[in-house]
Amino acid sequence: MKTIQFREAIAEAMSEEMRRDDSIYLMGEEVAEYNGAYKASKGMLDEFGPERVLDTPISELGFAGVGVGSAMIGNRPIIEFMTFNFSLVGIDQIINNAAKMRQMSGGQFNIPIVFRGPTASAGQLAATHSQAFESWFANTPGLKVVVPSNPKDAKGLLKSAIRDDDPVIFMESEQMYGDKGEVPEGEYTIPLGVAEIGREGSDVTIVSFGKIIKEAYAAAEDLDKEGISCEVIDLRTVRPMDSEAILKSVKKTNRLVILEEAWPFGNVATEITYQVQQHAFDYLDAPIVKINTADTPAPYSPTLLEEWLPNKEDVIKAVHKVLYK
Amino acid sequence: MKKITKETYLQWYEDMLFWRKFEDKLAAVYIQQKVRGFLHLYNGQEAVLAGSLHAMDLEKDRMITAYRNHVQPIGMGVDPKKVMAELFGKVTGTSKGMGGSMHIFSKEHRFYGGHGIVGGQIPLGAGLAFADKYFKRDAVTLCYMGDGAVRQGSLHEAFNLAMLWQLPVVFICENNGYAMGTSVARTSHSTEIWKLGLGYEMPCGPVDGMDPVTVAEEVHKAVDRARKGGGPTFLEMKTYRYRGHSMSDAQHYRTKEEVEEYKKIDPITQVLDVIKDKRYATDGEIAAIDKRVKEMVKECEEFAENSDFPPIEQLYDVVYEQEDYPFLPHKL
Repeated sequence: MKTIQFREAIAEAMSEEMRRDDSIYLMGEEVAEYNGAYKASKGMLDEFGPERVLDTPISELGFAGVGVGSAMIGNRPIIEFMTFNFSLVGIDQIINNAAKMRQMSGGQFNIPIVFRGPTASAGQLAATHSQAFESWFANTPGLKVVVPSNPKDAKGLLKSAIRDDDPVIFMESEQMYGDKGEVPEGEYTIPLGVAEIGREGSDVTIVSFGKIIKEAYAAAEDLDKEGISCEVIDLRTVRPMDSEAILKSVKKTNRLVILEEAWPFGNVATEITYQVQQHAFDYLDAPIVKINTADTPAPYSPTLLEEWLPNKEDVIKAVHKVLYK
Repeated sequence: MKKITKETYLQWYEDMLFWRKFEDKLAAVYIQQKVRGFLHLYNGQEAVLAGSLHAMDLEKDRMITAYRNHVQPIGMGVDPKKVMAELFGKVTGTSKGMGGSMHIFSKEHRFYGGHGIVGGQIPLGAGLAFADKYFKRDAVTLCYMGDGAVRQGSLHEAFNLAMLWQLPVVFICENNGYAMGTSVARTSHSTEIWKLGLGYEMPCGPVDGMDPVTVAEEVHKAVDRARKGGGPTFLEMKTYRYRGHSMSDAQHYRTKEEVEEYKKIDPITQVLDVIKDKRYATDGEIAAIDKRVKEMVKECEEFAENSDFPPIEQLYDVVYEQEDYPFLPHKL
């Protein structure tokens, strides 16, 4: 094993795949000469040249569409959004073209493309720069949605996403790029659609994904001192979701808390809640609790932001609630 | 460019007449409710397609357009029976009945849709050209749009990228005067659409879109430039559609006189006049073409009628390349 930063894991995944397959290119704002807005493509221009690592103008609609068009006839593009907040001006190309092309053409054109970049909040960036659209994309048939929470998963999942023959939304975080973690030395991939039990436990299941899962791990540490054993499931892929892993854990612990950084109405946690009540109703010893951001746009002021974002204390409170403590 | 000969004119006449009658048949079966959804017909604009096809290298060049897209794939070589079947929602259709009127595709014949969101296909056209340049292929993409689409941001973003990267693409606006029921003049300060190319220093110009000869010449210049590495071109085809925007359009926004004026410069009539003037065909030979076209359209309808609707499993089969994708259930 070796210890690398999350941003290095992203760059390694892209570089290894680009060495393996000439049809892959990286395109986006600041990805080439600037080495990435968050240095997640450091050194790639030097290695692969300007034909395969391309800086773009600030034209998300334009370059997302160029990516999809090129994927129709042989390319396997990686399209970087500086953040997924900016994907909104290009979302027509993702939802109407990337996701639907195969279906609309009766199976003639699959679109092997990865749209990647950071998601959700990253400090006091306020309303337009703190949004989590995982559930938006996950709502759309034709897409796959991957949200890693550590360098090992980021590298293995991104390599699988690039090799996948369907369009993949790959969501990172500005606040994770500096995170360090152990990754295997050699070649490895992690399959899409498979959750990981990040911490084994027996009293309660906590399901989460992405950077906010750190709050679940921190809560589990504290709760352990109280004698409460938490099982933390890292979804890693939101669509398709590893429902089996969740159900198996809930059938063991009989209690479920879901932590998701997203607005509360109709999000990923809502879907998990539906599936668990449908398929494990008799196993539940308490109503499911979900923890999300406030049902408001993200505020700027630090005290309000602290209230808006879910945190470790919220998780502890929720675990106490499902345990009737 | 290939020479425009007697054979060209006869081919144009037969093709354009077939496209016109094919669309007329669709209008008829639409009224019978055999074809549903939206239906946007190409009647009046045929010279744009006929001229373009003459200018293209049909062995390698590509075409993409918006939702007025039934006859372009036929021009590119797709079996018209399959196009008709697609509109009938049958499994024998170009998209196995998944796309319908607005979403015709043919990978085999390099026809890339068939796109339902106004302007959404413009960056895709640039993307096709990007891939050809990336892989150093010798192909050119012809990317069509209506006059309504040019006011979408997608056009401007794609124009900038196509010029920046000198992509082998020809952008062609088929200006038929109306974006649904709204005339160009009512939505644009400048009504000379071709001038939008100027802001990007893209070669551009207006073209008489009712005359296939002029269309062929101008498209050929643009295709030739793109193939030689000279980058994109923007052409505004001044054309006209006789029918409404779609079948539900009562056309209160224009007069019958206006439509009649355009019928005087009908592309099919123009081509037929040349054939008669130059004695390229006898009346008997022309009548034989007319008969052949009528029979071909009838064959298309019969094929579509007699084909099966898709099996229910197809709902899931075509969404993902992954064969065992775990779809969520939607009912008990």
